[in-house]
Amino acid sequence: MNAEQPLLMIDNLHVYYGGIHALKGISLEVYKNKIVSLIGANGAGKSTTLRTISGLVRSRTGNIKLKDNLIGDLPAHRIVEMGIAMVPEGRKIFPNLTVMENLILGCYIRKDMVQIKKDMDWIFSIFPRLKERTWQKGGTLSGGEQQMLAVGRALMSRPQLLMMDEPSLGLAPLLVKEIFQIIKKINQEGTTILLIEQNARAALEISDFAYVMETGKINTSGEGKSLLFDEKVRKAYLGED
Amino acid sequence: MGKRDYILTAILFVILLFGLWLAQNYLNAYMIRILNTAFIYVIAAVAYNLINGIAGQFSLGPNGFMALGGYTVALLMLPVYQKIQVYFLTPLIWPFSVITFPSYLFILSLFLGGLIAAGGAFLIGFPTLRLRGDYLAIASFGFSEIIFVLANNFIPLTNGALGIKGIPQYTNLWWTGGLAFLTVFLIRNLVNSSFGRALKAIREDEIAAQTMGINPFRTKLLAFAISGFFAGVAGGLFVTLISTVSPTLFTFAMTFNLLIIIVLGGLGSITGSVVTAFIFAFLQEILREVEATHTIGSFTIPGIPGMRMVVFSALLVVLMIFYRRGLFGTKELSWDLVFRLFKKKEPQE
Repeated sequence: MNAEQPLLMIDNLHVYYGGIHALKGISLEVYKNKIVSLIGANGAGKSTTLRTISGLVRSRTGNIKLKDNLIGDLPAHRIVEMGIAMVPEGRKIFPNLTVMENLILGCYIRKDMVQIKKDMDWIFSIFPRLKERTWQKGGTLSGGEQQMLAVGRALMSRPQLLMMDEPSLGLAPLLVKEIFQIIKKINQEGTTILLIEQNARAALEISDFAYVMETGKINTSGEGKSLLFDEKVRKAYLGED
Repeated sequence: MGKRDYILTAILFVILLFGLWLAQNYLNAYMIRILNTAFIYVIAAVAYNLINGIAGQFSLGPNGFMALGGYTVALLMLPVYQKIQVYFLTPLIWPFSVITFPSYLFILSLFLGGLIAAGGAFLIGFPTLRLRGDYLAIASFGFSEIIFVLANNFIPLTNGALGIKGIPQYTNLWWTGGLAFLTVFLIRNLVNSSFGRALKAIREDEIAAQTMGINPFRTKLLAFAISGFFAGVAGGLFVTLISTVSPTLFTFAMTFNLLIIIVLGGLGSITGSVVTAFIFAFLQEILREVEATHTIGSFTIPGIPGMRMVVFSALLVVLMIFYRRGLFGTKELSWDLVFRLFKKKEPQE
């Protein structure tokens, strides 16, 4: 599909949870400046894929490559240094720390104070609501604000690749729309995004490319918009007959 | 910390020195003794709070670390002739039998005591801090018990249950007050640094902290070793204050005392620990009253030794029910807070 080298390449990834074969040979590619989404039902292995990329889960076999570097064996904190940030499922912000402290923790690995300040302003321009609440504790924010904080915090590490696990989970429909618009905006400003969503329609609408997962395997793949009209995908995931 | 805060802290230090001078000259020996104990509690409690409150790793080992520091300082500072007297049953092993630090190396002996304690912390932290959960509590508790057993039974080094007596009383208010100030200052700065934020992140959510690029194992281990270091220093000060050390000096009761202090002050609040360490040291003396024999009319209530701990435990229970986060919660007394208080008092324009 593309002649250039992918930013992230996963090749034949197998992951086991104890005796359970969770990922059965996943291969996928994420190209620079694109939005790629992984859709599929519960338990298809979407979250496991992201957790494996971010180093929280170990794969048994298979390669994970960021540009030219094999990153499959690195611990989670080294993956962040390599340039992959994650917005974890359920947001996982630090509830007893202030919004500001949460954001500063996002750039834990960085030392360039001048650029950090600029990035902080950039985050506040995307999420003006966070700016009003810098001294509030993370745990006192509403669900939508917490999601914004989680995204902002991940962006503070200036990742090459931003991975998001169910960003729309538990949010009101209006907020879901807002979050997806923001994802698109972040992407347009130059961040590659790998997205997991149950809300398949919303995800496909903004994706350049998408993979459909089913029980630990990739079933179908294709450009986001074209999958929206794919007969099988429509039936299984978009709830149409 | 901004420039303003450094200047204010320096001024506070000068005030403290003046206060110490006043105390040294005008207070009686009993009061000075309580103050010394209070300062030592401050050092130990603040160090303990770093690992329990800030990093959220439940340790039960500070008495073990204090013992390590205490015995190290005792062995280094005890004069050789005194060593021959104290170890009259079983001679002290080389090299401690021949070396004695002159008084001006007291600070070095405290430092070495701290280092040995930090080494002990490293030793139990290394295998247990890789894991998530309460392994540290179990391992550190076990470690302290091992130290206790060793102190009792490794007689050529510790003189066993007889303990070591006649340690020169180097500790005075200048040492305890000065080192307490230094400890609080260092740990406050540490907590407000990027390292401190990483510790808090680990306390809140270790997995999320990892996805921020924090290496939880290394960060926790370093915090635990630092905590052990200051506990060791506190132990060293304690033995040179009371001029004797024996295994019973640093039993689990010491850890329990420190736990009361940091929980009452607020887990995660350094300044809270400072305040409650003082309250605790004074209450311990005031509450001697409840252990004394009382006569009310024709009734005579016999004194009950250990009654103080009952009062403390009751206090802890009551506080945990009504004021679960302690006096300060995770809040800190800071210069910012002081300024805000003053601003509020100014008339509004």
